[in-house]
Amino acid sequence: MMNDLIASFLLCIGAIFLLLAGVGIIRMPDLYSRIQASTKAATLGVGCVVLAMAFHFIDLGVTVRSLLVIAFLFTTAPVAAHVIGRAAYFVGVPLWEMTIVDELRGRYDVETHALRSPKRPLGEFSPKNDTEFDQ
Amino acid sequence: MTLGDFGHLTPIIAIVFSLLGAGFLLAFIRLVIGPSLPDRVVALDLIATLSVATIGTYAIATDQQVFVDVAIVLALIAFLGTIAFAQYIERRAHDE
Repeated sequence: MMNDLIASFLLCIGAIFLLLAGVGIIRMPDLYSRIQASTKAATLGVGCVVLAMAFHFIDLGVTVRSLLVIAFLFTTAPVAAHVIGRAAYFVGVPLWEMTIVDELRGRYDVETHALRSPKRPLGEFSPKNDTEFDQ
Repeated sequence: MTLGDFGHLTPIIAIVFSLLGAGFLLAFIRLVIGPSLPDRVVALDLIATLSVATIGTYAIATDQQVFVDVAIVLALIAFLGTIAFAQYIERRAHDE
């Protein structure tokens, strides 16, 4: 009975976080904030649901597989979010118009996709040089 | 067992399925309106994550342990799909 209480609680928390991920993916203003909203909230939510599964079936096999799912999700979700955000930055998906600073600007080589520091100090960027890597 | 009869957990399961359904709806809206291709990939990724959670809830609702394996496989496939989409987006931009 106690296990069912814990499982119910974790299920509700997980479902609320997953709903918040859905709200975030609709309400956030640009792609990059949508990525962070959906990735973090959804990962925590599905972790809670899978943990509830482990509490519902008191069984060694199910618990091990639940922990496997959690470990797998917690390692792959940030990687997937990074890879898709990186691809979007290269393609030139626009940032939110009220973004204050884009710290990656001028630091990614469009051709080789290599990350490096600018050759000149940042203060010496003229608008002409600054557009070198603009897409 | 008929749908909607999940033993003594019924109200909790109903609430959880409703919240997950609302999350699916919002993710589908983003999938339709875009506006860019990475936006749609992120929405698909969220839909896959929501599917894993739905399968987990369904496993609890029906007391079937086999669905745990389905959740593992779906999480794996979703990750591979997102990586493949990102590669495709990057290469398509590079070729143009």
